[in-house]
Amino acid sequence: MSNSSLIILGLLVPLIAALGSFVFQKNINLRDSFGVIGGIITFIISLIIFDGIKNFQEFSISLFPLIQGVEFTFRITPLGSIFSLVASSLWILASIYTIGYMRGAGEVNQTRFVIFYSIAIHAALAIAWSGNLLVLFIFYEILTFSTFPLVGHKQNAESQAAGRVYLSILVGTSLMLFLPAIFWIWFQTGTLDFKSGGILEGKFPTEYLSFLVALLVFGIGKAAIMPIHRWLPAAMVAPTPVSALLHAVAVVKAGVFSFLVVVVYIIGPEYLFESKASNWLIWLASFTILASSIIAISKDDLKARLAYSTISQLSYIILGAALATSFAIKGASFHIITHAIGKITLFFCAGAIYVTAHVKKISELNGLGYRTPLIFFAYTLGALSIIGVPPFVGSWSKFYLILGSLEADYLYVAIILGISSLLNIYYLLEPVFIGFRKKLTKDIHLTHAPLAVWPPVITGLGCFALFFFANYFIEIINGVLFI
Amino acid sequence: MNFLIDDAPALVVILPLIVSAIIAFIPSSRWPWIISMITLIGHLFISFELLSMVKKTGVILYEFGNWQPPWGIAFKIDGVNIGLQIIFSIFVLITTFYSRKIFLSEIHPDDTGKTYSLWLLAIGSLNGIILTNDIFNLFVFLEISALSSISLIALGAGMNRRALLAAFNYLIIGAIGATFYVIGVGFAYSMTGTLNMSDLVVQLSQYSSGQLAIFAGMSFMLIGLMVKSAVFPLHLWLPAAYSYAPSAVSTLFAALATKAILYFFVRLIYEVFRIYDHYLVIFLDYVLMPLSVTAIFVGTVIAIYQEDIKKLLAFSSIAQIGYITLAFSLNEQSGITAGFIHIFNHALIKGGLFMAIGYFAIVSQDRVTLSSISGYGQKYPITSFALLICGVSLIGIPLTNGFVSKLYLFQALYFNQMFITIALVAISSALAVIYFWKIIERLWFSTTTVKVAPEDPAIYIPLWIIAISIIVFGIFSAPIIELATMASSDLFGAISN
Repeated sequence: MSNSSLIILGLLVPLIAALGSFVFQKNINLRDSFGVIGGIITFIISLIIFDGIKNFQEFSISLFPLIQGVEFTFRITPLGSIFSLVASSLWILASIYTIGYMRGAGEVNQTRFVIFYSIAIHAALAIAWSGNLLVLFIFYEILTFSTFPLVGHKQNAESQAAGRVYLSILVGTSLMLFLPAIFWIWFQTGTLDFKSGGILEGKFPTEYLSFLVALLVFGIGKAAIMPIHRWLPAAMVAPTPVSALLHAVAVVKAGVFSFLVVVVYIIGPEYLFESKASNWLIWLASFTILASSIIAISKDDLKARLAYSTISQLSYIILGAALATSFAIKGASFHIITHAIGKITLFFCAGAIYVTAHVKKISELNGLGYRTPLIFFAYTLGALSIIGVPPFVGSWSKFYLILGSLEADYLYVAIILGISSLLNIYYLLEPVFIGFRKKLTKDIHLTHAPLAVWPPVITGLGCFALFFFANYFIEIINGVLFI
Repeated sequence: MNFLIDDAPALVVILPLIVSAIIAFIPSSRWPWIISMITLIGHLFISFELLSMVKKTGVILYEFGNWQPPWGIAFKIDGVNIGLQIIFSIFVLITTFYSRKIFLSEIHPDDTGKTYSLWLLAIGSLNGIILTNDIFNLFVFLEISALSSISLIALGAGMNRRALLAAFNYLIIGAIGATFYVIGVGFAYSMTGTLNMSDLVVQLSQYSSGQLAIFAGMSFMLIGLMVKSAVFPLHLWLPAAYSYAPSAVSTLFAALATKAILYFFVRLIYEVFRIYDHYLVIFLDYVLMPLSVTAIFVGTVIAIYQEDIKKLLAFSSIAQIGYITLAFSLNEQSGITAGFIHIFNHALIKGGLFMAIGYFAIVSQDRVTLSSISGYGQKYPITSFALLICGVSLIGIPLTNGFVSKLYLFQALYFNQMFITIALVAISSALAVIYFWKIIERLWFSTTTVKVAPEDPAIYIPLWIIAISIIVFGIFSAPIIELATMASSDLFGAISN
């Protein structure tokens, strides 16, 4: 199969899965299996593409012109191949988990849920594989609109309000800041294509570059840097499979991925580094890392705590992009993978605890560890990986980021990363301690939901196993700067 | 058939006017529509004939009764208005096709003949506005269109008595606007002794040092036209008129009526008044531009607070007219291009939105409010989905024609170094999401128990033609850009020569 048709197939599979779920909505087992099968197929395609990129193959397809000098193009960059691999592999597990969770929790409107879930994955893959900034923007918007029904899934007043916050922040920032920034780049350079080393140098007034960076980082609201982070905690009203795959992986990673792509392939890391246009962003990202960690400590709701942890971890990636040194960019790219697998584990666990024991608050976890040991085991693995303890995969990306900050002569940033790890230890491991330390205070009736329990165990073990296979990714991450 | 080609510029206006006089006396409820459709299909053919003639010769000057201008009335068809003519012609045909079911349910069957008579009268006179090259002749067409529009709006009284008040308001305010305009024409005539626009340019140039009387005349004419085209803050007649008129009438007006007058407005500014550059700059920079930006904001914000959806769309139209006049106020070719592009794109978008809401109005036999459309997304999926496409385009999401408009507007602003205005436009376009999303939320995300109801192909076929063209022109925008560029370069090229 040719490389370009592979792209089209990869993008169509989630849509076909969505269509299949719609057509066979009466037969719920068949309906829900479309997600799993679609996940497996897209994963295989992503894997082929990933290997192809590693061997310097070209994957691109142009469909039609959009505006002058910009075509509707998909062209897979090393960064994109990483993101699609992460999204598609976790989609398999997440759709298995979705079956366990949605049935366990007795949610309504499951058909609509699985349909939009698949469409969201389609948009995430298209973002990963987009060949220029405008195509990326189109699917960025589709991702927002397709996840809205998932956020507002419960259709009560609370989820409606959350849905409005979600949509108004994400669409608002993208239309007010991101799109004008894209226009600006286009007016100046006449192109929006991704190139190694960027397209701006020599064509863009350097004195305004920090302003452009601001438009981009705030305009890409999905990256959830403060103060554009409110939508992410709001989105936690969604059923946990959404929080797990979309708000720990697909949506938020699409945000930081977009910013990283802009830095690496549009602005150019060297140009950014020399212009010092992102120095302010280093501080803002550091602030976000610490501030959201502190907010996370204060949250008793497990999902809210994980949401603020996500905000903090996303800023690691923005930090890496803002530092713009070679190690920092690599660390940021790697962090997309490591945080994704770690955080999805944690969200899977949070949902599994809710489905099996109907507990949402950390303070009510007393003694649950003995009753649901598998969940807590998986949770601990994921938490350790995010904290950055070897031998878990998260330690690699953190290590690279610290190297990157030293390379850029930002010693304080390295210190802030260290402090952040300490805070991580506190707020991520506290639920584990509560779960095992105290006695079970009330009699909890456990619901049996194996499909919701095993996926986190698999991803948790993955955090451990990938530590030893980091080389598999390092190779491609070393090539991120060159397309 | 030679006369058909020679007299095509006159026929395109006269044909609907003559047929209008005939069908007023047809008692049947079916024939008026059929005759109107046939007339407008003919109208479309003549328009395309005109297009090919303009492409061949560049400009057509048609002298009525062979009276030489400046004495006789003349029509002028060139790159500036031929694009609008084609769009107008296509759109009136689609709207007329759509109008049958709406009129059947919203007005008394015995009135059908009279309704279509007024309908064609409005179409003919609006078409005259697009083609005429004579400032007094324009006044005549303005009045015909105003009178027919008022009667059409008043027909909405069958559904809601407030239509009468809306029609009366429009009558008064519209008459004031027309009076302002005709006073301005009087000034111009007394100074120059001519009413023909091409001749006016020549005559006015002798006063190039400036004459107070001419400035006064210009101001009267421009303000009169601003009333007619609902430029903020002279828009007060518009929301009620659009929202209480029968839905087909709202569609026609929202898509075309103000656009035709805006076209003449810009033509007058750049073709005739251009020689008074210093005056024009004051008008454009200190009057039109601030008003446009205010209109964009005020229209959007008021739309957010509307409960009645037709009113919401009407206020959105005021904001969108603001975008068009903002582009026109740039005094530069890229701005004019952007304005013409948006005239076309907005006609499609708003026409589509009013069509969809109009359908909801006839199925619910009541005002369409945010609360009354709960669950319609599941009940009427075909119509609702088209409405979604139109709305997404209104926000300006890529792959829709609204995005093309926005891109060209931003580009024009950018190359005129108007960065603050860009920021304001960007903010207001994001605000537009709010009111649009209120509709979408009601359509699909409110808990109701509704079953799919059969939809009417007579409604959703024209609606989907528009929805599909929104997407097609969003991706393949070249023909529209070509027409708009032709218009702006003719308008500007004529001046620089």
